[in-house]
Amino acid sequence: MDFSSINPILLLASLMVMATPLLLAATGELVVEKAGVLNLGVEGMMITGAICGFAIAVNTGSPILGLFAAAAGGAALSLLFAILTQFALANQVASGLSLTLFGLGLSALIGQGYQGIKPPPFPRLEIPLLSDIPVLGPILFRHDIVVYFGIALVVAVWWVLKNTRAGLVLRAVGENHDAAHALGYKVVRIRILAIMFGGACAGLGGAYISLIRVPQWTEGMTAGIGWIALALVVFASWKPWRVMLGAYLFGGVTVIQLNLQAAGVAIPVEYLAMSPYLITILVLVIMSADKSSAPASLGRSFHASQ
Amino acid sequence: MTETLLTIEGLTKAYPGVVANDNVSFTIHEGEVHALLGENGAGKSTLVKMIYGLVKPDSGTMTLRGAPYTPSEPRAARAAGVAMVFQHFSLFDALNVAENIALGMENPPAMRDLAARIREVSETYGLPIDPYRTVGDLSAGERQRVEIIRCLLQDPRLLIMDEPTSVLTPQEVEILFQTLRKLTAEGVAILYISHKLEEIRALCDQATILRLGKNVGTCVPAETTAREMAEMMVGSAFQAPERAPRELGDVALDITGLSVKSPSEFGTSLRNLHLTLRAGEILGLGGVAGNGQDELLAALSGELRSDPDSIKLKGQPIGRLGPNARRQLGLLTAPEERLGHAAAPDMSLTENAALTGAQREGLVSNGFLKWGKARDFAEAVIARFDVRTPGPGTAARALSGGNLQKFVIGREVMQRPEVLVVNQPTWGVDASAAAAIRQALLDLAGQGTAVLVISQDLDELMEISDRFGALNEGRLSDIRPAQDLSVDEIGLMMGGAHGMEVAHV
Repeated sequence: MDFSSINPILLLASLMVMATPLLLAATGELVVEKAGVLNLGVEGMMITGAICGFAIAVNTGSPILGLFAAAAGGAALSLLFAILTQFALANQVASGLSLTLFGLGLSALIGQGYQGIKPPPFPRLEIPLLSDIPVLGPILFRHDIVVYFGIALVVAVWWVLKNTRAGLVLRAVGENHDAAHALGYKVVRIRILAIMFGGACAGLGGAYISLIRVPQWTEGMTAGIGWIALALVVFASWKPWRVMLGAYLFGGVTVIQLNLQAAGVAIPVEYLAMSPYLITILVLVIMSADKSSAPASLGRSFHASQ
Repeated sequence: MTETLLTIEGLTKAYPGVVANDNVSFTIHEGEVHALLGENGAGKSTLVKMIYGLVKPDSGTMTLRGAPYTPSEPRAARAAGVAMVFQHFSLFDALNVAENIALGMENPPAMRDLAARIREVSETYGLPIDPYRTVGDLSAGERQRVEIIRCLLQDPRLLIMDEPTSVLTPQEVEILFQTLRKLTAEGVAILYISHKLEEIRALCDQATILRLGKNVGTCVPAETTAREMAEMMVGSAFQAPERAPRELGDVALDITGLSVKSPSEFGTSLRNLHLTLRAGEILGLGGVAGNGQDELLAALSGELRSDPDSIKLKGQPIGRLGPNARRQLGLLTAPEERLGHAAAPDMSLTENAALTGAQREGLVSNGFLKWGKARDFAEAVIARFDVRTPGPGTAARALSGGNLQKFVIGREVMQRPEVLVVNQPTWGVDASAAAAIRQALLDLAGQGTAVLVISQDLDELMEISDRFGALNEGRLSDIRPAQDLSVDEIGLMMGGAHGMEVAHV
């Protein structure tokens, strides 16, 4: 065993990188579920976003354009889910599961010619002055812009849900769609917008993996992050701050276990590999012991009959 | 006569297979309380939904203060000064009072200002409420206050109220009426929908009566008897239930110190209930909704378990037994929620009959269902209780509320229970079906069954019960003979006015 190879500064810095895809996808799904829709297709939308972003970035040479394409791709796929569940009134669980399967297949198809290609490098944002602070500088202020975007997104979602009328209406729709409809709010329209927002966030999260974190394209490279995002939303009791905490916890344990593997700790690799999932869920389960509950209309189909 | 506020002419709305409103016309004046009467399915709800912009009429015109009025959505109706207090479905449990109110407004002020205005309006009209409380924690009366304040904050010219008093104690009703009278004095018109004819006689200036979607007449409620109005609604002479004198037998159900914790977060736990029920007796339990009625029914049906000795059926402790064992022993129950609790909505009437009748009617042998026998049982219930349906193969969901209620009550009555517990047996059921159900309960008691009726309809309880008690916050009041109780006494038994006060101005 050789712990000296583990650099705590580097570890904390890579924690933020590791957490970002999960943070983006989970925040998007939180908004979707707050509107009363359960979209189990997060994994599919992430992987679709990953390949859309990758393809556009490679073809245009602009990684920023790739990120936009990833968001658009995720949103487009989620639109399929929206049409199925909001207009055809299909079962949300079944539609979400098939969306994941469809997304995995579609991404594999699009990604045929992109295996082994290196995408254009993503510019790293070195914030002047702040990035020169010892210890804190490398941990907090030498990341790409998406890391900061993810944090800003959590803050924005929290603020909008809590303090704005749009957020209030969104929560109302998720809480009791019949009442919201009776008050004259467009339940279906609001839900479709929320679903597309969730899709865009998931797509962005996927592209972060393929363009920045790895960066290359392999089939199924999101490796279950979408499912963790879904669990995270539930165990975070639909609270943005807890989602962020959970995402960083997951990222942190992932990085530590990777480092421990590299250091050759005498724990079987399988246990180390499962530890981030286990610890994240355990901590959030303990935290969600309070009485906050799911949006009351979560997963229920709405039809304005009469 | 004051100025005309809203004129409705020839309003018609048809749904596939049914004409909900057929050429309905009437006029509402400023400062008037106008009652809309009719049985279930007479088209009252559709009519007010058209006025509130939720449903578009097929033909006909509405005129509001001299200008054509065609609200395309509730928003437009609110902008024109029309507000509505809904019967259900319109509050958000997880949000607080201020947020709920903001959702019903076009341009709500910032939360802090809104909270201040809520306090101001609620004090003025005698409806005190804390803007920051979560609606899920409020009592039914308080929830209604939230709805009324939401409407008042928009300075409405016309306030539509759909069955506003079904959840209130008599004292709360009196305070509500004072609030409404104050509003009409300010020139606000009120369109008032209710089944309770005595209330309409006390409050309303004019009444329009609907039957099967058609406008069948108007009357001045103060000058018309409740019976005359009921007959106009039903369209035929109205038969009130008769009670035959009966002998009380031994104690059939003995509840001693029953305490049960509510399984739901917003429910009410039962606290130390005592009551005895004798064979041939009808005991009525009143109380505002959400004061432990559902929990009591669940505790008696066996859905919630309690101490073995706290519930005794003919001396046998049954507190630990499950629903099937209790049915076997003769304790049958009919819960309030027809679709989803008393009946499985998508299953046929035969299947629903088999679900509760399996043991006592012998519809199962060696784990196999006897479908023929189950169908015969369902058909017998349909025939005896005049359930209007194509046949026992119809899905429960397809029946109207009144017909399904007759079926679920009839299904239990036909199983010759020793003790029958019903919760809200005539909720949302029209007058003639309600009378038939009450008559069936009276007849059952006449045959020596002990009947426990939980209901929020006080007139119903006074009509059929021998003794009366009230549930309030999970506790049971003293149980007293029903005959010599006054409305005031009943109100106090139900917990009084729950902190409401009379309008200050």
